[in-house]
Amino acid sequence: MSVLEVVPKYPREKQVMINVNGDEAVAYALKQSYVDVVAAYPITPQTIIVEKFSEYVANGEVHTEFVAVESEHSAMSACVGAAAAGARAFTATSSQGLALMVEILYIASGMRLPIVMAVVNRALSAPINIHNDHSDAYLMRDSGWVMLFTENVQETYDTTIQAFKIAEHPEVQLPVSVHLDGFFLSHTLENIYALPDEAVYEFLGGARKLVKTKVDYFAEEVDYALDPGRPLSLGPLALYDYYFEMKIPQIKAMEYSEKVIKEVNEEWYKLTGRKYGNGLVDPYKLEDAEIVIVAMGSSAGTIRSVVKKYREKGVRAGLLRIRSFRPFPRKDVKELLENANVVAVLDKGIGPGSFGALYLDVVSTLYTSKSRPLIVNYIYGLGGRDLQPVHVAQIIDKLLEDLKRGYIPEEERLRFIGVRSS
Amino acid sequence: MSSPPAAPKVPHEIIIFEPGKKYELPLILNLRQLAEQRKPALLPGHRMCAGCAAPIIVKLASFAFRGPTVVVNATGCLEVATTIYPYTSWAIPWIHNAFENAAATASGIEAAVKALKRTGRLKYDYIDVVVLAGDGGTYDIGFQALSGMAERGHDVLYILYDNEAYMNTGIQRSGGTPKFAWTTTSPVGSAIPGKPEHKKPIAEIMVAHRIPYVATATPAHWVDFIKKVRKGIEVNGPAFIHALSSCNRGWRHAEELGIEVLRRAVDTCYFPLWEWTPETGYLLTDRSLIIARNPSLKQPIEKFIEVQGRFRHLLRPENRELLKALQEYVDATWEDLLKRAVNAPK
Repeated sequence: MSVLEVVPKYPREKQVMINVNGDEAVAYALKQSYVDVVAAYPITPQTIIVEKFSEYVANGEVHTEFVAVESEHSAMSACVGAAAAGARAFTATSSQGLALMVEILYIASGMRLPIVMAVVNRALSAPINIHNDHSDAYLMRDSGWVMLFTENVQETYDTTIQAFKIAEHPEVQLPVSVHLDGFFLSHTLENIYALPDEAVYEFLGGARKLVKTKVDYFAEEVDYALDPGRPLSLGPLALYDYYFEMKIPQIKAMEYSEKVIKEVNEEWYKLTGRKYGNGLVDPYKLEDAEIVIVAMGSSAGTIRSVVKKYREKGVRAGLLRIRSFRPFPRKDVKELLENANVVAVLDKGIGPGSFGALYLDVVSTLYTSKSRPLIVNYIYGLGGRDLQPVHVAQIIDKLLEDLKRGYIPEEERLRFIGVRSS
Repeated sequence: MSSPPAAPKVPHEIIIFEPGKKYELPLILNLRQLAEQRKPALLPGHRMCAGCAAPIIVKLASFAFRGPTVVVNATGCLEVATTIYPYTSWAIPWIHNAFENAAATASGIEAAVKALKRTGRLKYDYIDVVVLAGDGGTYDIGFQALSGMAERGHDVLYILYDNEAYMNTGIQRSGGTPKFAWTTTSPVGSAIPGKPEHKKPIAEIMVAHRIPYVATATPAHWVDFIKKVRKGIEVNGPAFIHALSSCNRGWRHAEELGIEVLRRAVDTCYFPLWEWTPETGYLLTDRSLIIARNPSLKQPIEKFIEVQGRFRHLLRPENRELLKALQEYVDATWEDLLKRAVNAPK
């Protein structure tokens, strides 16, 4: 943390230092977030969240109703029911569990229910694997969830609390997923600063507040919820005459959430002294960078340290960490990358036959820039393969070659790093 | 010309429960009083087929609600035909999530109600949660969620309206389709005479979950049905009611026979009426108790199948053995139930 521009309301000495792993940080954030219903199913590496939170419930430290459902599909279904009934609802999952939920992820966002979910990113089967990559997250890419990726345990704690505020913003009303890399964050202990309980309560404005909606059979606006005082039908059938119009506000809400993510990031900064770039993107040494690596999640720390070393050697390298994968911050990405010469987009997941999802977004964003940088896609870390500093160095060295050559050969647009050649 | 009268603030059909007020609506078993004093949760104008028993089941069930109630509807005929946006036929809060997760959705609502009550934010003494799901959403794709809800003990009444096939998608066989029935995916061919398998004993499977209340019912035996609905709501914990629901499109019978065919299902002991609690065990009810006391009233299975096109092939001379096998199966399950029913004459 560099010099603060403001004096936070809760400077470090007014915060509590706790030694937790990423999963425990999520559970601790939940405990403070006045969550009414947690419905979850165990899956590695998410399980500690559920275990830890169950302890809070068992010890009466929270008022939350914990529903130990029989599958992730039911976890998300119960969250939909709980949120529709007016509760603040949360779940957590990984990999196969997320895959099982996918059907209901679309329903949660389509019904505009501000559910929060921690996704402890883990590779999808087959082969079955418990370690980290982003293939599960890419599976939910188009599900209409706000997707925030965290770099370290501190950010995971911070973002979990922020997620409720973003989701429940009256103009957003969308579900939010907080992504932490399996094991790299979920099982790694870190000393973090946590706010006092009352500060979180105040930040979130207490319990969840319902938004109003208008239906033609009531004169006044009514709560958007299952309310026997003002009954609504939630989740109706809408065909070609209405479906499209019902989707537009959802799309607009996702666009609007960019603004809210930024505001919440600023508000958090004033509260705690911590912020993550502008909330959407977290740039490092991009002002004059010729070579930029774009990445999400815990690898950003490794990349940043290597970039720093190259800077010391005089190489104008930089890092753009994407924090908000959805909404994808097109404006920021374009502004921050259009003056670079070579960009490497690192994806921990791939659509076989195509590219990594992040690469596709960056390429399409930069297509309209005046000076299109060279862009190459690196697939790394599948199934938990470690991205070591030496790999990042290899990437930067290769990018320097690309820069010298002045173009990326078509067959080299897709590269793999850290994999044994066959 | 005078201006038209202002629209009422709340149309009279919508059922409003005022926050803060205590509700304990009486269970009315007198038709005239019911008509005068209770309003159904399902309003006219829905697009269920003429002759369908499902809306009758819903209306009857809602006459037994005791106060603020939320309905959870699985995907199916009832869902698509009652909430075609921008219209709705529901006079009380209603939610549809997906096909296989009505029980899980209800679990979440019930959990929310508990959490809101615990923190003094529930506007009512209680909110009852009632699931309405068809046989596909219950026997098959929704079974896991139902079993999970039962095991976890959520205070939810789950009403299965069983029309014995996937009628919404066009009459495909389900785990609730009876043996030998024709459906579009168990057609009557020269090699296979309709569905080869019996239907799952879903209500008995729910008994095996040892939840507080399980019952079978039909809208043809309406007093029996609404009493059971009230019991299912009043017990503390999960309750399950298996309501047989005729479908004239899928069962291939005349529209006006919807209630008659259900009466025959009970008269032939194809679908006996009973209830079960952990304390009492199996108790026969209504017409099935009368038949148990006077076995001569039991009708042959032909009485049930003769009005239905889906079983027409069973009445052909060459299929006499199949009909006999079906009769034997019905007799055996009825005899088995008589042995277990504590109020059956021994």
